[in-house]
Amino acid sequence: MTEEIIIAGFGGQGVLSMGKILAYSGIMQDQEVSWMPSYGPEMRGGTANVTVILSDDRISSPYLKLYDSAIVLNQQSMDKFEESVKPGGILLYDPNGISHHPSRTDISVYQIEGNKLASEMGNKKIFNMIILGAFLKIKPIVKLDNVIEGLKKSLPERYHHLLPINEEAITMGMNKVIPIKIENGIFV
Amino acid sequence: MAELKLMKGNEALAEAAIRVGADAYFGYPITPQSEVIEYLMAQRPEERTGMVVLQAESEIAAINMVYGAASSGKRVLTSSSSPGMSLKLEGISYLAGAELPAVIVNVVRAGPGLGTIQPAQGDYFQAVKGGGHGDYKLYVLAPASVQEMSDFIEEAFDIAYKYRAPVLILSDGLIGQMMEKVFLKDQQKRMTNEELIKKYDGWATTGKTNRDRNIVTSLDLQPDKMEIKVNKLIKKYAQMEREDLRYESINCEDAEYLFVAYGSSARIAQKAMELGRDKGIKVGLLRPITLFPFPKQQLFDLADQVKGILSVELSAGQMVEDVRLSVEHKVPVEHFGRTGGIIHTPEEIIEALEEKIIKNGSVRHHKTRESSIL
Repeated sequence: MTEEIIIAGFGGQGVLSMGKILAYSGIMQDQEVSWMPSYGPEMRGGTANVTVILSDDRISSPYLKLYDSAIVLNQQSMDKFEESVKPGGILLYDPNGISHHPSRTDISVYQIEGNKLASEMGNKKIFNMIILGAFLKIKPIVKLDNVIEGLKKSLPERYHHLLPINEEAITMGMNKVIPIKIENGIFV
Repeated sequence: MAELKLMKGNEALAEAAIRVGADAYFGYPITPQSEVIEYLMAQRPEERTGMVVLQAESEIAAINMVYGAASSGKRVLTSSSSPGMSLKLEGISYLAGAELPAVIVNVVRAGPGLGTIQPAQGDYFQAVKGGGHGDYKLYVLAPASVQEMSDFIEEAFDIAYKYRAPVLILSDGLIGQMMEKVFLKDQQKRMTNEELIKKYDGWATTGKTNRDRNIVTSLDLQPDKMEIKVNKLIKKYAQMEREDLRYESINCEDAEYLFVAYGSSARIAQKAMELGRDKGIKVGLLRPITLFPFPKQQLFDLADQVKGILSVELSAGQMVEDVRLSVEHKVPVEHFGRTGGIIHTPEEIIEALEEKIIKNGSVRHHKTRESSIL
């Protein structure tokens, strides 16, 4: 099994750390992993994306043109990466701030209201875990136990009291993700 | 027991420097290499092993601190990225001339000039063709994974002390900043002063006892003596070529075409190779692990078997010159690469192989050769 994923959004949305948790989860189940970031010099506000690959075999290129799955968190990323999903692949996105929705019919498209749900849960910072939960519902490539282990590894110990709310957010994302049907470029 | 971690290449390299028992690191921050000094500062290795970590006032100061520490036999390293590396070159030439063991790391970014902070491989010429002045070479290791960023620190120190010569680890922003699984080796003890004196008293400035004084210098104003000095260096480089060449060949046994690529490009070219093989193109990959020594003989031999070679580098075409020299015009050799911090995709590489090599057959090659004779 090899899963090639792009996660793309704004800096500050937790794009890179979400990728890191995914990579750690892969390690927890003895897989090969790579995490390859691409971002501008800005700390926040600029675009940030990360390519994460989980595989049972040695990973060749950490840098790709086409992906099995794209997780898209802003309009610029949608413009850039909708075309980069392999036919039959998956595009998961948060509709918040999206004006041009995806139109491809040869891939499976899913929505998760990550921003809205994070606000409702009263913690903007768990946004990325809601998204991760949504993705794992569609593609259960790593076990939830391993994600929790991955979280433990990537969070410094002083934040370990936040593990339950992160787990809650992942579950929330799993429950709230919805498939989108597209016909002739229009939502049905 | 090896410890398993998820780390950036730069961090893995820094951790390896502590674990190998290095005595000192001198550096100056620059993207995309800054994680090395950041990680070392955060780890407080002076408490773990007594290793000194110091941010110098500039790259030039850092390389001269390396010269000083290496003169006393201490295991010392420095790291930088392209513009900072240019500043270090004078010091590196001095290190080579004075026959000092040291490890230098370049996490290459796109140039020339300040360029940009994204990955590139445009410092190949600088790394293998001197860079600094005079008749010297560096032993150059090119890591292609986070694991190799970690492993090559120990190997670099071994080579540096085997030959009493500076060794360069030529990485790039991609390998430096990506994260992968890495197995970290156990902590080794730093050498005590007594051990160091016992081992390096023949040349290092360890404090004068009854022996003759040791002079560490690259200067010799008498031409006949200076030539002897240079010849000694040249002999070392010949020995490196005989004994310490390293490369990896993947799918070369039945290859009709060949990629030559190092570092991050080797990883991407390997994926291109997989895509090519899916399409029925029998392509192999030769990855030089050392850029000096260069796998000349291996390329010369492979040229009898393959129909054409594509040198894949994140540069405008630098290593391709060494590939051409190695195959001595037996088959067409072309270059493909992106510059400016843009990374080539596996798809682009396989397209380039089809366009530049497979479609053209040997036509382009003969044209080039005739025009060069005229």
